[in-house]
Amino acid sequence: MKAFALNIVVALVWASTIGPFTPGNVLAGFLIGYFVLWLLRKQLKTRYTSRAFQMLKLILLFLYELWLSAFRVAIDVLSPRMTFRPGIVGLPLASDDDVQITVLANLITLTPGTLSMDVSTDKSVLYVHAMRADDPEGLKQSIKSGFEAQIKEALD
Amino acid sequence: MIDLIAGIFVLSGATFCLIAAIGMVRFPDLYVRMHAATKAGTLGVGLALMAVVVFGAVSGDLGTVLRALAALLFVLLTAPIGAHLLARAAYATGVEMWHKSEVDDLRGKYDFSRDVLIGDGGATDEASEDRS
Repeated sequence: MKAFALNIVVALVWASTIGPFTPGNVLAGFLIGYFVLWLLRKQLKTRYTSRAFQMLKLILLFLYELWLSAFRVAIDVLSPRMTFRPGIVGLPLASDDDVQITVLANLITLTPGTLSMDVSTDKSVLYVHAMRADDPEGLKQSIKSGFEAQIKEALD
Repeated sequence: MIDLIAGIFVLSGATFCLIAAIGMVRFPDLYVRMHAATKAGTLGVGLALMAVVVFGAVSGDLGTVLRALAALLFVLLTAPIGAHLLARAAYATGVEMWHKSEVDDLRGKYDFSRDVLIGDGGATDEASEDRS
């Protein structure tokens, strides 16, 4: 978090000293600051650069999945017969961190075929409504190895 | 050229919103309907806002771009929460699932007398046996 604040400061300083204070210059300053922080990652003992990269990867994965899920739903809406078999699946959670569960639940809702319904009081199970629940184990596995792993890398 | 790109964004966004609306009518139960409303609906609104972002970026209006991006962020943050609340409230008040639904891991897991949702954890095992 400190490293991120430092990165912002570098961006602002860069933009105000180098030239006109434009969004483009702030962005350039941010990228330069990021590069410097990456060079100094050992000395500053910060995992900020790798985590920021993981975060960016997570966001891109999310946008891709949102795009995909909208198409899947559109196909289901427009196909003449309802061939899907929905159901509610309990997904065991690896983490009991509130932020991670929240992010996971939000991502699950906006990705293909799944919608988070509730979290058990002891934060051990996330109940998910799935559009296609004929293979609950496969569904659990794909979420575990996909989003849950990525979120852990980005936020843990 | 920019009119064309922004127009494509608006049109495809509107198409997804229309599909979401059709899904609300066609889908068999509330829970499946939430899928249409959240996914297709969110992408529809998102694409329409992207048109605003493209327009603002080209005309150099940073304020508009930032406001559109903020709106996009809030839609992405709030749509899943709304879906979660609606689905949860529906299940808690006993809205039936479609008869072709396969599994229901939530059955018997709500304990409203203690305001608890049972997971797979040890301390609550006793309660789940009591209910079944």
